[in-house]
Amino acid sequence: MDLGPYLLFASLEGLVHAAVLSLIALGLSLVFGVMRVVNVAHGEFFMLGAILAWWVTSLISGNHAIGFLIALIVAPMIAGAIAMFSDWLVLKHLKYDPEATIIATIGILYIIQQSALMTFGPDARPVEQPFHYRMDLYWFGFSAYKFFVIFSAIILLLIVWLVMAKTKFGLILRATQLDSETAQAFGIPIFKVYSLVFGAGAAIAAIAAVLIVPIQQAHYLMGGEPLLLAFIVVIIGGLGSLRGTVAAAVLIGMSDGIVSVFFSPNLAKIIATLLVVLVLLIKPNGLFGISKT
Amino acid sequence: MTKKFSPNNISRRNVIKGAAAVSGIATMPGFVRYSQAASSSPIKIGFQVHRTGIGAAYGRWYDRTTQAAAKLINDNGGINGRSVEIVAEDDGTDPKRGAEALEKFANQHKCDVAFGTLFSHVVIGSAPRAGELKIPYFVVSEGHHVASGMLNRYTLQPGITDVKSQVQAMAPFVHNNLAKKVTMIYPDFAFGHDHRDYFSAAFEKQGGKIIAKIPISPAETSFSKYFPKIPKDTDLIYHVMVGPAVLTFVKELGEFYGSKRPKLFGFIDSLEAVDLSTPGLEFLEGSYFWEGNPRYAQSNQNEHDKFYRAAVGVDDNGASVSDSKDVSTYAHMFGCWETLHVIKKGMEASGYSGISDRAKLIEAVESMTDMPLSQAHPQGAKVFNGKTHQVFGHQYITKVTNGKLVLAHTTSIEDTLYPDEVDYTSQSF
Repeated sequence: MDLGPYLLFASLEGLVHAAVLSLIALGLSLVFGVMRVVNVAHGEFFMLGAILAWWVTSLISGNHAIGFLIALIVAPMIAGAIAMFSDWLVLKHLKYDPEATIIATIGILYIIQQSALMTFGPDARPVEQPFHYRMDLYWFGFSAYKFFVIFSAIILLLIVWLVMAKTKFGLILRATQLDSETAQAFGIPIFKVYSLVFGAGAAIAAIAAVLIVPIQQAHYLMGGEPLLLAFIVVIIGGLGSLRGTVAAAVLIGMSDGIVSVFFSPNLAKIIATLLVVLVLLIKPNGLFGISKT
Repeated sequence: MTKKFSPNNISRRNVIKGAAAVSGIATMPGFVRYSQAASSSPIKIGFQVHRTGIGAAYGRWYDRTTQAAAKLINDNGGINGRSVEIVAEDDGTDPKRGAEALEKFANQHKCDVAFGTLFSHVVIGSAPRAGELKIPYFVVSEGHHVASGMLNRYTLQPGITDVKSQVQAMAPFVHNNLAKKVTMIYPDFAFGHDHRDYFSAAFEKQGGKIIAKIPISPAETSFSKYFPKIPKDTDLIYHVMVGPAVLTFVKELGEFYGSKRPKLFGFIDSLEAVDLSTPGLEFLEGSYFWEGNPRYAQSNQNEHDKFYRAAVGVDDNGASVSDSKDVSTYAHMFGCWETLHVIKKGMEASGYSGISDRAKLIEAVESMTDMPLSQAHPQGAKVFNGKTHQVFGHQYITKVTNGKLVLAHTTSIEDTLYPDEVDYTSQSF
């Protein structure tokens, strides 16, 4: 393949990757920003979204698009509800202590993973694409559905930004993030906010999973890699900074796409990890992080 | 949703029904009474099964095949008058857990032998422990690691051929009928490396050329990014992929090339347990596959394949008789059936009576040579090499024709032979 189309292909692959990654990392970043909880179980909510999408679409016969749309609503709702339940059951009782919640979310990770294994089995489950269209770009073919993934991710990111910046709920979130004690003094029910944020973070990861699952497959072990990449993104972008998260996701996703295509996918991961080390050394709060001192 | 087993599904009524069925079977006229049943405990075969992890689809079918073979053996009177009991342990398709499973077989369950592992990294991780525990370890793995001399006297592979012999037998067909310039795509671990090393050597010996080798991590979930590395002047892509994402791999290959694809020769591993009629796989029409055992019942199907297929519960399309979407790993799982029959034959020949006879059992298997096509060997005739602990047999090349795999070529056993690389019989027990 010539350099031009090669680069085009790599960029398209990178964009799909960046789109999904920014959604997953956004959920992680939101939870950390508002609650100061490092949610190690985040990847499992992603996995739940994918498996629930398979479950929902397998229940609905007929048009693939209808099943997919229902999954796009139902799967994030269930994943969010499970997250809120685990917040109520576990995190609340730990008083959101940063160290304790790390250990607790590791436990939640295994509970969700093994429950998924026991309930839905160990097999990789395919989900039909809501529409099949192979775009022939002369040098190579590209699934039109992948453009839909990119487009949907952008819309979702815009919605989250609008909610955060323009609504009263967003104001409450930002207030809780800035200073939870003062927010509480002003009558904001911060535990309710925490619960909602934890659920919303999981739901966003689940939406990312529903979008990606027609390209990949749902499998109970699929939560590990996105979690690692989401951490990389959040560290580079600055914990708690939504703008930084999106910028870092695009950076990591694109570089992953381009480096993977031109060199090797392993090299792409090595570079991403090196980037984390560099950012931690030079700009410990991340590219867009706010310095606390 | 598929039917699943969970303890919650068992009602008291079901338990009573089950108990009634069991006692009913025991009083049926056809029920075989074991000649020494009163004095003998069952022969315990530890079954290391990939119930979870990346090998789960294989594990499910290895399990069904093993249970069917054990049932057949028991229905015919067991081994040396003793019934066979399969003790299954999940290894999670993980080498460390594999070694732990062997320890449980040897120390906790007091199994007579261990058996049934497929994934090569699990075999390589477990075999040294089998040697230390001195428990015969019959693998069903295809890797060249047994015959290469890497393992030990306790590890044998009498029920399935190895990659080196498979690719060596295939290479002339690929070179003479399909292409001269080949790009290889394979998983980046021991099994894939066997393909990389032995197919390229055999193919270049024919005068062909391997123009690119593309390794892919077995845990990879998305493959498009690898495809631009396939050189433009590739005549044929040789693909072999494993793990839960094989369907994604093939679909993305189709998306990338559309109708302008190079020729394809794949190991069926890339599509094991995957329904060929899945949307997006139409582009495979006309491409070739290696199959250890043809998934679709062929026009020249022999009576033994027919019997074996029915016993395991597989229909003529290679899917479960109870669920046409549940496609089997037909090209590999016959190895469990045949290995159990080899264990039976070995135990009978050595007069095996207990754990102290394990060395005698291994010697009995090592002395085996010809294994004719029969109910015990439904995949075809085989020749066992006692020195290398590896069996050799026919290989099948099928072509996708109207969405089904139709037999195009069968190799001879001679095509698959290569000089010995080890003599395990010279090792002490």
